[in-house]
Amino acid sequence: MTTSLLPTDAPSVVAPKPKSAGGGLGRYLLIRFLLIFPTIFILVTLVFLLMRTIGDPITAAQGGRLTADQLAERIHAAGYDRPVLVQYVEYLGQVFTGNFGNTISDNRPVTEVLLTYGGATLELAFYALIVAFIVGIPLGMLAAYFRDRYPDAVLRIAAILFYATPVFFAGMMLKLIFSVWLQWLPVAGRATTRTELAMQTLPNKTGIYLIDAIQLGNSAAIGDVLSHAVLPGIALGLLTAGVFLRLVRTNVIGTLGTDYVDAARSRGVSEFRLVRKHAYKPALIPIITVIGLQIALLLGGAVLTETTFEWKGLGFQLAAYLSARDFVAVQGIVALLAVFVALTNFVVDVIAALIDPRVRY
Amino acid sequence: MSTDVVTPVVQIDDLSISFATDAGAVKAVAGVTLTVNRGEVLAIVGESGSGKTVTAKSILGLLPETATLGGAVLLSNRAGTATRDIVTLDKKQLRAVRGADVSMVFQEPSTALNPVYTVGWQIAEGLRAHNAKLTRSEAKRQAIDILRKVGIPDPEVRVDYYPHQFSGGQKQRVVIASALVLNPGLIVADEPTTALDVTVQAEILDLLRRLRDEFGTAIVLITHNMGVVADLADRVAVMYQGVVVEEADAATLFSAPQNDYTKKLLDAVPRIGQGRVRTVERAAERERMRVSRASEGHVDAPVVEATDLVIEYPGRLGRKGFRAVDEVSFRIAQGEVLGLVGESGSGKTTIGRAIGGLTRITGGSLKVLDFEMNGFSERRFKPLRADIGFVFQDPAASFNPLLTIADAVAEPLVIHGRAKNPEAARKRVDELLEAVQLPKSYGDRFPHELSGGQRQRASLARGLALEPKLLIADEPTSALDVSVQARVLELFAELQLEFGFAALFISHDLAVVDLLADRIAVLYHGALVEEGTGEEVLEHPQNPYTRRLLASLPVPDPAEQAARRGLLASLQENSRANPAG
Amino acid sequence: MTTELVPTGHVAALPPTKPGFFGRLPVLKQLRQSVGLQRGMLVAGLVITAIFVLVAIFAPLIAPYGFSQLRDDAGAFGAQQPPSAAHIMGTTVGGYDVYSRVLWGAQTAVLVIIMAVVFSIFAGILLGLVSGYLGGWLDRVLVVIGDAIYAFPSLLLAIVLSIVISGGQSSLWGGIMAAALSITVVFIPQYYRVIRAETIRIKAEPYVESAKMLGAGAPRIMFRHVLRNATRTLPIIFTLNSSEALLTLAGLGFLGFGIEPTAAAEWGYDLNKALSDVTSGIWWTALYPGLAIVLAVLGITLVGESLNDLADPRLRGRKRVKQKEGTMSLTSVDKPLPSETEILEENA
Repeated sequence: MTTSLLPTDAPSVVAPKPKSAGGGLGRYLLIRFLLIFPTIFILVTLVFLLMRTIGDPITAAQGGRLTADQLAERIHAAGYDRPVLVQYVEYLGQVFTGNFGNTISDNRPVTEVLLTYGGATLELAFYALIVAFIVGIPLGMLAAYFRDRYPDAVLRIAAILFYATPVFFAGMMLKLIFSVWLQWLPVAGRATTRTELAMQTLPNKTGIYLIDAIQLGNSAAIGDVLSHAVLPGIALGLLTAGVFLRLVRTNVIGTLGTDYVDAARSRGVSEFRLVRKHAYKPALIPIITVIGLQIALLLGGAVLTETTFEWKGLGFQLAAYLSARDFVAVQGIVALLAVFVALTNFVVDVIAALIDPRVRY
Repeated sequence: MSTDVVTPVVQIDDLSISFATDAGAVKAVAGVTLTVNRGEVLAIVGESGSGKTVTAKSILGLLPETATLGGAVLLSNRAGTATRDIVTLDKKQLRAVRGADVSMVFQEPSTALNPVYTVGWQIAEGLRAHNAKLTRSEAKRQAIDILRKVGIPDPEVRVDYYPHQFSGGQKQRVVIASALVLNPGLIVADEPTTALDVTVQAEILDLLRRLRDEFGTAIVLITHNMGVVADLADRVAVMYQGVVVEEADAATLFSAPQNDYTKKLLDAVPRIGQGRVRTVERAAERERMRVSRASEGHVDAPVVEATDLVIEYPGRLGRKGFRAVDEVSFRIAQGEVLGLVGESGSGKTTIGRAIGGLTRITGGSLKVLDFEMNGFSERRFKPLRADIGFVFQDPAASFNPLLTIADAVAEPLVIHGRAKNPEAARKRVDELLEAVQLPKSYGDRFPHELSGGQRQRASLARGLALEPKLLIADEPTSALDVSVQARVLELFAELQLEFGFAALFISHDLAVVDLLADRIAVLYHGALVEEGTGEEVLEHPQNPYTRRLLASLPVPDPAEQAARRGLLASLQENSRANPAG
Repeated sequence: MTTELVPTGHVAALPPTKPGFFGRLPVLKQLRQSVGLQRGMLVAGLVITAIFVLVAIFAPLIAPYGFSQLRDDAGAFGAQQPPSAAHIMGTTVGGYDVYSRVLWGAQTAVLVIIMAVVFSIFAGILLGLVSGYLGGWLDRVLVVIGDAIYAFPSLLLAIVLSIVISGGQSSLWGGIMAAALSITVVFIPQYYRVIRAETIRIKAEPYVESAKMLGAGAPRIMFRHVLRNATRTLPIIFTLNSSEALLTLAGLGFLGFGIEPTAAAEWGYDLNKALSDVTSGIWWTALYPGLAIVLAVLGITLVGESLNDLADPRLRGRKRVKQKEGTMSLTSVDKPLPSETEILEENA
């Protein structure tokens, strides 16, 4: 699971700090944008090299099932007997044109796997983020407001518990209580078979069930989709909520100690408003940057959550390919996620820069 | 002001304040009794740790939760119709008082404004906190109004500016505006000019005086600067270790101080011309030496010689670079002290760093001990470092917190091979500590176990360990209290006499420089505008900037200060007409 | 407003305070500093962590059965048996005793945490120090690489690495090494970032500048002045990282990239096997290993968080004092002017 509780969570800024006024914003955004490429390049290279150190993917996937000759033939056909450098250059070229190769176990283009299952993961991440924002940010502000008093202690321990509970354990316990014992919510999956079949008929399926169910215009289908989303959303959301809570608390307390909060206090501004307005907004800038880094935590958590709830998304698929030892698929999915992470971090940094008036003007 | 007998704005009665700290309970204020009358400026003067700020903040109930208060702080509203004891008020009542009856101006204007909200929003917030019915547009109108009153040009536009779009002095005006907007009877100003350059300080002091004269606002002025007190205060309370040791009207306090501490404090304030006799003597002595050596056939090369020195900081990615030092020429002869004076951004620190080989020069020539710094190479310069000592500004930060003082002082000896290890150097270290008047046993202490002045003396010991030919001192006393500063400056002069090193003494304070320097160079925006002996530069300044700088420096004498204000006003008038000066 | 005790010039400095050896140990010093709720949290964390470590050490003595034991003298344990006198936490779907595997699991967890954290600390510190102090191209390249890895889901990276290192699974030491090394590689960028940031901050401190002015060489400055000051926050990172290492290990185990049940007990693996049990209402196979993870992470995180709070004067709570209590001393609210600011201003 990705780091989240380290005291120095803010990213080390490679691009020049967006500090200077006057035309600085455009320059900052440009440099920040250009930085996406080395990031993607490094991750893709890293994954490629790591996956190659264990030999060729065909032996890994089919070794033992095929004869040595058949194996050699398949390896040759796929070009895995060429020098690694040649394969690497070819792979980079493919990635550049958006081709992430074909899976070995079921011979589908990795991009197609992504399109089929990406929506499900996005949807799960969306629910989780909603839970994380609703739970984490107000509670973090509350904890800062009550700092070092009992509500604060309770909230902090809750935050640590959210974080300390592995998502799959939280998921299993939620399942046990709400699905098995109370039978309020479905055990697993993204929707009942009936809803899924109905959605298959849609002309523009998005793969995001909530949108598809709304397209169906059938309130039962929407309810069905949402009831399946509750437990996975909470399990993954609470993990992130714990991180947000702590982050908001620390940053708000930090800004509460500044002179400008004291100055506002000396003008008669109420304590609650000091937290809500004066401390929160300046604290938000580092918070947003760190939230960007939580995307990684969320994706790692999604793999575990999807496995727990048989939520057929990218993470679930990744776990399946892993156990099938289909490393082309793994490599493709991981590389695509790298692109996704690099892009989201860019967007998040842009938002953070736009919030800060010191950058805007 | 009304003519009948009115209640004072605030009456502090037997106030005592304790704090919880890591080291246990600490008493900061012990039985302070003070009164501030309507429309009066009361200055609370003291050095760090005197309890002056804590006392002032208690008037607003702004002390942190770790503080415990005793006694009473009776605050009246502007009309004099209600009086409340701040010590006993609950949070809600405190909120009603803050901003409306009393407000505060902070030391550091750049941190007292929230960077992510416009200044208009921040001023309006105070208004709306006390009047929930106030409309946004009405609040904004009042904010524009008050910004105009404190002298912000184009307030209709600038009300929507963010703090970083203002200069330091303007920010302080905005802070004052936000304190003034509800027209409180009292403003607590905590070191309102300490973070500002001396020329800007004069403008802010003018503004504060207008508050008193035009708005009838009483001011509690917290400061350590006796010049500021002389400029603005009607009455003065001197605090020392949590108690008021003397209280008098300003004229009396300066002309006839009663308390020993007050006398000591006033004596410690450096005054221009104070060191004149000594520098003249020194110059004569140096001249005798030079002549006698010249007769023996020696020609002494200058220790430092800068010719058209240029230092530019590269701009980021194609942006234009910043020229910190612009074609500056000067020289420091052997055994001579050159004082480098300027305000922030003048390039004085950059020059000091360049001489020390920490910043590369980008143009012209800089010769240090006959070594050309243009095309600098650390390897070739390293042997010369033994002949260059230095003292930094912040005594708290210039020692590695994990090394003892003896280890730190021994470091130059070890690096330049004069001792194998710190233990072997201990004898020499003890001598050095003695030379700077520190007990030998202090060598075993860690930096945090010394006071600021002691640390700065240890820093001098380290700087002089190798008996350098040149000492660079960058604002060595600006972080120190005035009485401590006086002792360090005295020690510096004594050591200079004893060791005979040449020195570059960098400071923003003309009076401090004048005390020590044989010659003074004035920097303005990276350019050297005037250079000469103290007498030439300070008694007969030629450059308009030097004149303005000199006139802006408040002197600890209310009568003289009043006269200087007139002079400054006319100079400012001139500089506005001719800004290039 | 800050109210710190700063001795000033006109009063003799405080007598030197030399705390004894125990007083200088990181955790104990903070324990004495802490008050109220913060102390409660720190103590709770220390107690839980101590129990966790003790269980790990004494697992062979406490556990009634071995971690891979399927039968005793009375015959096979049987699969999915509910808690009983013989098996107080029941048995798993594979027929192991849950209680014993929970106890043995602590041992695996402690081993992996120690190895992972020790490896990554050494590599991270060295890289951070060199990169931060020397700067230049090496620094830029390392930062981009470090940031790229840092921003990537570490669990996925750990999976890829565990495949590379062990092909997925192996013996006790092989499995532990594989898990530890995968976590190490993922965590190096974190230490690197922290130490690099600290190094860059300290590099601008006057005491480093003064060492430069004296002519001290780069290695001397790095190791004598920067290193020791930069690593002050390490106890905090160490604890917080330990809890993460544990969660990563459990995540790997849950996805089937952990350690074989016959090689060692591992909580994540047991939870993976318990996944289908939950659907049929069998709770004991999931609850106990899960609780073990939660408690261990909770304990370590409580310690780390408390240390973090205590290290930060803004977050540290203090005892309230009674009125007029305390000896007369000097408080200072006048901040000394930081020396770097001027040069920054000149740059602006």
